[in-house]
Amino acid sequence: MSTQTPTQTEESNETDAEAEVPSKGDERREEKRRRAAEERSRRQAEEAEKAAADEETVELKVFRYDPEVEGKQEPRFDTFHVPFTKGMTVLDALMYSRDTYDSSLTFRHSCRQAVCGSDAMFVNGGQKLACKTQISELEQPIRVEPLPHAEVRKDLVVDLEHFYDQMEAVEPYFQTNEYPDGELEEQRQTRENREKVKMSTRCIWCSACMSSCNIAAGDNEYLGPAAINKAYRFAMDEREGEDIKQKRLEIIEQEHGVWRCQTQFSCTEVCPKDIPLTEHIQELKREAVKNNLKFW
Amino acid sequence: MHEHDVIVVGAGGAGLRAAIAAQEAGADVAIVSKLHPVRSHTGAAEGGINAALRDADSWEDHAYDTMKGSDYLGDAPAVEALCQESPEEVIQLEHWGMPFSREEDGRVSQRPFGGLSFPRTTYAGAETGHQMLHTMYEQVVKRGITVYDEWHVMELAVTDEDDPADRTCHGVVAYDIQSGEVSGFRAEDGVILATGGMGQVFDHTTNAVANTGDGVAMAYRAGVPMEDMEFIQFHPTTLPSTGVLISEGVRGEGGILYNEEGERFMFEHGYANNDGELASRDVVSRAELTEVNEGRGIEDEYVHLDMRHLGEERILDRLENILHLAEDFEGADGLTEPMPVKPGQHYAMGGIETNEFGETVIGGLYAAGECACASVHGANRLGGNALPELAVFGKRAGRHAAGEEMGEAEITTGKEGDWDPADYEFEVEVGEVGGRGSAAADGGAVATDPDGVLEAEVERAEARVEELLSREGRNHAEIRSTVQQTMTANVNVFREEGRLEETLGDLREARQAYKDVAVSDPSRTFNTDLIHTMETRNILDIAEALTMGALAREEFRGAHWRKEHQERKDENWLKHTLVSWNDGKPELWYKPTILEGENKTYEPKSRSY
Repeated sequence: MSTQTPTQTEESNETDAEAEVPSKGDERREEKRRRAAEERSRRQAEEAEKAAADEETVELKVFRYDPEVEGKQEPRFDTFHVPFTKGMTVLDALMYSRDTYDSSLTFRHSCRQAVCGSDAMFVNGGQKLACKTQISELEQPIRVEPLPHAEVRKDLVVDLEHFYDQMEAVEPYFQTNEYPDGELEEQRQTRENREKVKMSTRCIWCSACMSSCNIAAGDNEYLGPAAINKAYRFAMDEREGEDIKQKRLEIIEQEHGVWRCQTQFSCTEVCPKDIPLTEHIQELKREAVKNNLKFW
Repeated sequence: MHEHDVIVVGAGGAGLRAAIAAQEAGADVAIVSKLHPVRSHTGAAEGGINAALRDADSWEDHAYDTMKGSDYLGDAPAVEALCQESPEEVIQLEHWGMPFSREEDGRVSQRPFGGLSFPRTTYAGAETGHQMLHTMYEQVVKRGITVYDEWHVMELAVTDEDDPADRTCHGVVAYDIQSGEVSGFRAEDGVILATGGMGQVFDHTTNAVANTGDGVAMAYRAGVPMEDMEFIQFHPTTLPSTGVLISEGVRGEGGILYNEEGERFMFEHGYANNDGELASRDVVSRAELTEVNEGRGIEDEYVHLDMRHLGEERILDRLENILHLAEDFEGADGLTEPMPVKPGQHYAMGGIETNEFGETVIGGLYAAGECACASVHGANRLGGNALPELAVFGKRAGRHAAGEEMGEAEITTGKEGDWDPADYEFEVEVGEVGGRGSAAADGGAVATDPDGVLEAEVERAEARVEELLSREGRNHAEIRSTVQQTMTANVNVFREEGRLEETLGDLREARQAYKDVAVSDPSRTFNTDLIHTMETRNILDIAEALTMGALAREEFRGAHWRKEHQERKDENWLKHTLVSWNDGKPELWYKPTILEGENKTYEPKSRSY
């Protein structure tokens, strides 16, 4: 499995130092952990029994890891049995597991409707948004893991800092040299041009594409599909003007830019918003070539 | 300890706009949010942004529509500010590159929306909020504004003078979700709350899981009144199984509502003989539930929203996102079948009491966006008026907090102007259980020394976290679920006295149970159990104030319907409901609505569509 857990750093020294003189709080917490673990295994055993008697139960195997909790420092999988209801999504099943069996089960989620981009995970070996993945379409047991190629913080939560850095490396904001003269006057944009950039503007920064990309896995500096798509969104927007487009093409043409893409289409396949990422990258390559020829 | 001139809490539309404005006015500004900005729920807004952009339209007409929609509970200075400044904010967004839907001539498109006398709703497909949120965040990145993301703000650092009007705010205390560190954020010039909605007080809601009303509850415990909390908008078209929103844009483009018998009930049963499906949201929600209650609902639960006749081309052009939502979250194909819909909690008209600059009664404390109540929306918000509110009032609060001179406010805060005590006797005790004193009380202020108040608040927050992590007790999830269920059962679209009292009793028990709450995950790393537990306290405070207001307001106005009181009673009730925490003993009082505008007075008329 490509899921990487961070190596222990100097932070562990601090924990060691504390461990030498256990405080009352530590003892209480230790006791709490023990009882919580007992309670968990009791409830899960009950559910497993129920599951055996009842077909309408979903079995989830969920990746667990916490760098500071004993018993979770070594990654493991926990099994949860969740009563199936029509229309249930992977996110619903995770929330049920958390609220019913183990409140320490940790994952990002917010809008529940595929627009906040918080809950991309690795479900049965593919990058999915948990909130728009129907349980009924998956083989059981359902294996739920954090996104590959990102450092795991805890359970299903990964560190997204690198992803955000790449997104912000392409000057991801609108730029133009001239605005209309009139007060309260908008810039004109043709419907065709708006249509051209429409799909690229739907990105929700879930990072599923980055996680699926072999090139990004091997080259940490590769901008990645989402950031290149962001550059595409502006480079193709006719409101920015030619000289800005020129600058944008230079950014995406850099060593770790568009030319790294080997058109494997994995990003396009996993994108929950159906953005044709690979096509956008290809189109930018063509634009870059055209642009370079122009200056010969 | 972190230090900035202005601290903005929350990174949705209002927070981002406030931060940009404060920075442009010269302040060193930072945003603190429990989510990364692009995860904020502004991104889920679908329909659009109202702005009087065209010659045939005017801000005066927009203001008239908004005031009528508010059922005359909006305050004219706030309503007029919204309508006057919305056009420049829309053009500003366009100049920042927001991909609005366009007309053939390349100008920004506008469409009809409920309760509007002119098609003035600008939009970007049915994903206007997503485009607006990302456009604003792009500007924050461009300007290099500091963002502390995944920091949960626990409390405000406010001094504890007896009179809230004498108190001052000096920063916030936040918990770093990634590391478990508690830290103070000192604000030299001001704190702006922009924490959004509170939909998690209810069970069936279009709001995100993160919308727990944190800012409202925090301000309340620090001494700022909650205003008009009983006014909750139930959106008429949400998917029955999940509460996912189906935009009013569907009806704006011509979508039709049918009951089980195939009747176009908005007309055939006389709910809105002129505007039909495009009547104001409260009117349509009540109509749908009346159909269901009278046995004409489908599966006794919902009605149908049909857009098939609009044709595939128009649907794909203007409403494509709706097809995806209906397919992914309800399994319905909007191109070939009607979509099931029912009312769901959508928006809080009430919130933190502010004036038209976003100032609260506490010095240096501001609020903007859905968490605030200026009041722009009064008893009912019009579709397309929330997004311009974020921009207009985010900008105003940001500038004011950064020290820009903006003149005298017309709206008063606190008990500064006319006010009346409420004489309503609640049958159930309300407020803090067992009084304050322990860290578990988790609210109010701790010191009058402006320099020491932040440190004291950090210490108390740290003790609170330690207590929740180390002790044994009940899990919050059950308590939260009890609150959500009783609120959805009894404080919904239709409200009656006995059941409201019943809910107040349920909330009392939930408060009692919360006293024993504990977090079973002992970790300091990404402990969402701890965050949710703290949020549940906020949900409790809000649910209680909301139910108090719903009981006390013995009339039917806008979104607030009472079985025993079937009329709007202008003689007694052209006034705002306020609830003050008073260190644990909630006090209900009223202040008059301001209907005098810049050039005219808005005379309450009967509200028919």
